[in-house]
Amino acid sequence: MSATILSAAITFALGALALAMVFATIRILGGPRAQDRVLGLDSLYVNTMLLFLTLGIRNGTAFFFEAAIVISMLGFVATVALAKFLMRGEIIE
Amino acid sequence: MTHLDTLPLWAAIPAAAFLVLGSSLALIGSFGLLRLRTFYERIHAPTLGSSWGTAGIVLASIIVFSVTQSRPVLHELLIAGFVTVTTPVTLMLLGRAALYRDR
Amino acid sequence: MSRILPHPLLSLGVVIMWLLLNRVSPGHLVLGAAVALVVGQAMAALEPSRPRIRRWDKVVVLCVRVVLDIIVSNVAVARIILGGGRAGRRAGFVEIDLDISDPTALAVLAVIVTATPGTAWIDYDAAHGRLLLHVFDLADPEEWRETVNQRYGRLLKEIFE
Repeated sequence: MSATILSAAITFALGALALAMVFATIRILGGPRAQDRVLGLDSLYVNTMLLFLTLGIRNGTAFFFEAAIVISMLGFVATVALAKFLMRGEIIE
Repeated sequence: MTHLDTLPLWAAIPAAAFLVLGSSLALIGSFGLLRLRTFYERIHAPTLGSSWGTAGIVLASIIVFSVTQSRPVLHELLIAGFVTVTTPVTLMLLGRAALYRDR
Repeated sequence: MSRILPHPLLSLGVVIMWLLLNRVSPGHLVLGAAVALVVGQAMAALEPSRPRIRRWDKVVVLCVRVVLDIIVSNVAVARIILGGGRAGRRAGFVEIDLDISDPTALAVLAVIVTATPGTAWIDYDAAHGRLLLHVFDLADPEEWRETVNQRYGRLLKEIFE
């Protein structure tokens, strides 16, 4: 009974997060400006991290947790670097 | 899914509720990212996923692992803390970059 | 005390993080404490400004208030995105003259404001103490000035200054 409830919730969560990743990807591809793409990338990273946490619950292992923490750190560094680049790129122009 | 079978019902229901809540908020946030019209409006959308979207899934994970391993498993709190501290930094930098490019 | 442990809060945080990432056991406590001591020394070498928390009871009040506000604004923003929001909603910038000037208090305020859906910290002009805030559902700019300065600013002032 409890396994049924939980696996239904996990399936829902996986679907919702995958759809959220699709939306973020559309924003990355669609732009229209560079800052929109960077914002989409940041959102994609957060959604991927949440997806990994959910997969960790489903499989009952802590390995996904470590992957999730690496993803969130990479996402942070990538977004900061890109935001910095957006400001500097204009200065050079 | 053997480890989920050992979970008692009183733990499965809140865990499932938090999972659904968290993933729905993350989905709504990304939907807003797609739907809203200007960049400055869009900057508000991902905070849904990074505030209670993350909190919901982290709480579900804590409940499931703490009950199945019958000891407090709290390392997910690190992710919640990390996301809470880093999201403002990225959004602030992005907002400033956008403002700079618009001026 | 201050020679061995220049940043007690930071070192405590490192020990807690170490124990969470590994297992809670005496061995890991010793190892984590060793790492925390080194991290504290390394931080002291960077000579950052040292934040001082004066009122611990107010920290609890602030945390409760922020968590409640985040829940409320999550619901509000989700509702607007899904289309059930008020007609005639408009988003816009607000300029706020902040009462607080302590760097740590400002950093905490920035985290609170941005972590709450519906408000985003865009720019801060340190020379004039003026904050540029973007608000998702801007009905009355005066109300937001009140909210930021009274609801959070006063508490932060009591905690840090």
